[in-house]
Amino acid sequence: MAESIPASHGDHEVGHHEEQGFVSKYLLSTDHKVIAMQYMFTGMAMAVIGGFFAYAFRMQLAFPGMDVPGWGLVTPNDYNALVTNHGAIMIFWVAMPVLIAAFGNYLIPLMVGCDDMVFPRLNRLSYQIFLLSAIVLMASFFVYGGAFGGAWTMYPPLSAKAEYSLTQLGSTIFVLAVALEFVAFLMGGINFITTAMNSRAPGMKLYDVPMVVWMIVVASILFMASVGPLIAGAIMLLFDQNLGTAFFDPDRAGDPILWQHLFWFFGHPEVYVVLLPATGIVAEVITTFSRKKLLAYRTILYTVFGTGVLSFTVWAHHQFVAGIDPRMAHVFTVTTLLISVPIAEMMFVYIGTLYGGSIQYTTPMLWALGFLVTFLIGGVTGIFLGASGADIYFHDTYFVLAHFHYTFFPIAIIGTFAGVTYWFPKMFGRMMNETLGKIHFWGTFIPFNAIFLPLFYLGVAGQHRRIYDYSAFPELAQYQDIRVFATSALLVMLAFQVVFLWNFFHSMFRGEKAGANPWKANSLEWAAPSPPPHGNFPDGLPECHRGPYEFSHPDREEDYWPQNQPA
Amino acid sequence: MPRRRAGQTGYGPIDVVESRRTPVVPDGVLGMLLFVFAEATLFAGLISAFAIAKAGAPVWPPLGQPRLPVEATAINTAALVASGLLLMLSRRRFKVDRVSAEAPFVAALGLGTFFVLFQGYEWVSLIGQGLTMRSSALGSFFYLIVGVHALHAIAALGLLFVTWRRMRRGWLASSQLATAEVFWYFVVGIWPLIYLIVYL
Repeated sequence: MAESIPASHGDHEVGHHEEQGFVSKYLLSTDHKVIAMQYMFTGMAMAVIGGFFAYAFRMQLAFPGMDVPGWGLVTPNDYNALVTNHGAIMIFWVAMPVLIAAFGNYLIPLMVGCDDMVFPRLNRLSYQIFLLSAIVLMASFFVYGGAFGGAWTMYPPLSAKAEYSLTQLGSTIFVLAVALEFVAFLMGGINFITTAMNSRAPGMKLYDVPMVVWMIVVASILFMASVGPLIAGAIMLLFDQNLGTAFFDPDRAGDPILWQHLFWFFGHPEVYVVLLPATGIVAEVITTFSRKKLLAYRTILYTVFGTGVLSFTVWAHHQFVAGIDPRMAHVFTVTTLLISVPIAEMMFVYIGTLYGGSIQYTTPMLWALGFLVTFLIGGVTGIFLGASGADIYFHDTYFVLAHFHYTFFPIAIIGTFAGVTYWFPKMFGRMMNETLGKIHFWGTFIPFNAIFLPLFYLGVAGQHRRIYDYSAFPELAQYQDIRVFATSALLVMLAFQVVFLWNFFHSMFRGEKAGANPWKANSLEWAAPSPPPHGNFPDGLPECHRGPYEFSHPDREEDYWPQNQPA
Repeated sequence: MPRRRAGQTGYGPIDVVESRRTPVVPDGVLGMLLFVFAEATLFAGLISAFAIAKAGAPVWPPLGQPRLPVEATAINTAALVASGLLLMLSRRRFKVDRVSAEAPFVAALGLGTFFVLFQGYEWVSLIGQGLTMRSSALGSFFYLIVGVHALHAIAALGLLFVTWRRMRRGWLASSQLATAEVFWYFVVGIWPLIYLIVYL
């Protein structure tokens, strides 16, 4: 497509930019790194809010009816609003923006070796809409009737009819916020895929693209393929709430199960949308710190594609007790159990990469290993829930809750910490403190297990979700000690996050200076200075000569071989 | 493939950055294809919801509701398809002679605008006859699906309009024309499907 377009002004070289004021540099910038930071800091702020909600309702569960310091008395409506928004915030406003938007924005142009996203202004708009969606969501706590409390899955008729949910405005705002957020990620996803496909450095073939870039690309494709039905459902739900239609209202011949299909057709691929970037980060960290080539690059890649396709065929396992045909339940049981195969394969490949490597136990590596351990428990407990027979018993108990926290916590928190601690030197040009990093790791990892392992037990004992005070149920009241234990562990875990915040912000300004490539890794982002300037590669855009995982090559003295280094 | 250099913003001709590789699909077209793909799943969601509601209803169409204007919409559908074909013609001419591409482009834009206006006119008369968002499931789905399509059509017409202005000023790259085309073909292409499923 070589064609000439009249250029408006000069032929100054790529990478040269005028000095900009604070607003145009940090708030209205089209630089992918600035937008990534905006996403990351917004995600961190939302994580603090989501964590605070978890603290408030866990305190209510452990000490029912007592004033929670910082919140006050948690009423039943408060409790519902807190758990609903905790779930929504952690998935849509923490996991998505940090794992996909922040890492995607930061890493893709650097790792494929170009100066910016293909559509920089679309990228900026994406963040602005995302920020708007976060503000809209938080606004729902301050409107008449309070925030929506019908669970993050928004099942109608609870979400559709104000006489059930008692939050006419809150419900509408909630759906609106989710819809806005998806518009933002749609724009982001288009950018990620186009950039990774069209802007790769000369010489970088598809099999030379680092795994984390591939994972974010596949996650974006999954997102775009699944988001349409949910948006369709969200429009219908908004109409039901506000225009008096009856799409989901069983009183007027509507179909509430239809919502569940539309929601989970999106909702299950969504799990893989956030899982894949996290596994990609783990792949990068594991290969770098075991100084070994990633085992079976292509196998993982095909596995990821397979997982993506399969993830569209499992959604109804969320609806085994919603009255679907038992023959359908059989089909979805099979597909659900099937999807554990590619994920298990991925696990084995990572363990195989570790095997025989010269493992360095740095902070990011600890997080990556922690991811493998905890996610494994999450995956294995999922098998019980995927089998329709067992699920009828486990459905809506704390077993489900513990299971998905054992999947989402490794993804959204552990995976994110692995990525943040690994790329921190690139992002800010300084190293984080290793000792504090390790204290933070153990202070998060041990309490996390202490919170959620006992909840499996509570679930098997029959403790139902969505109850704000168990003292009214004598057969469940006897487990109060376990609830107090889990809440105490949560308090410990939250306290240890202060260590991270201190380490993060202190190292940003006072940390030891990091060179361009402190971890001696191969991929192209380490060829740029730390932190990279606007335009990324001031000495000219790099070319690519080999795959990203050439560690400990037998013919070389050094144990790494950067992608941009000529042979 | 013209590409903005990092940090370049604003409306106008694009600084040419030397392309470092020749993409199989130009940036704009690939981005638009991805967008159209996501929109296609939106329509798939809406249409399958409609199909489920239709299959589950004891009587269809619901009693006491006006008949949808099948014949008039057939003519309107033809207008929309003609608009798509004219855009194709414009594309062919653009490759050879940019000036002669303008006439079919404007005609395509005009026919597309006619389609949206005619749909609006139909809506007004249907509402007058008692088919509303609340009157029945047919009404709800009809206005939902056709309305979502109309919003897409209006957005695509906006894009075509901007493309036309760039074309007149000589700022239009062939990949930019292709980008606008992809969106319009989507709007044109999905409509006969909606017509078949919702109207008939």
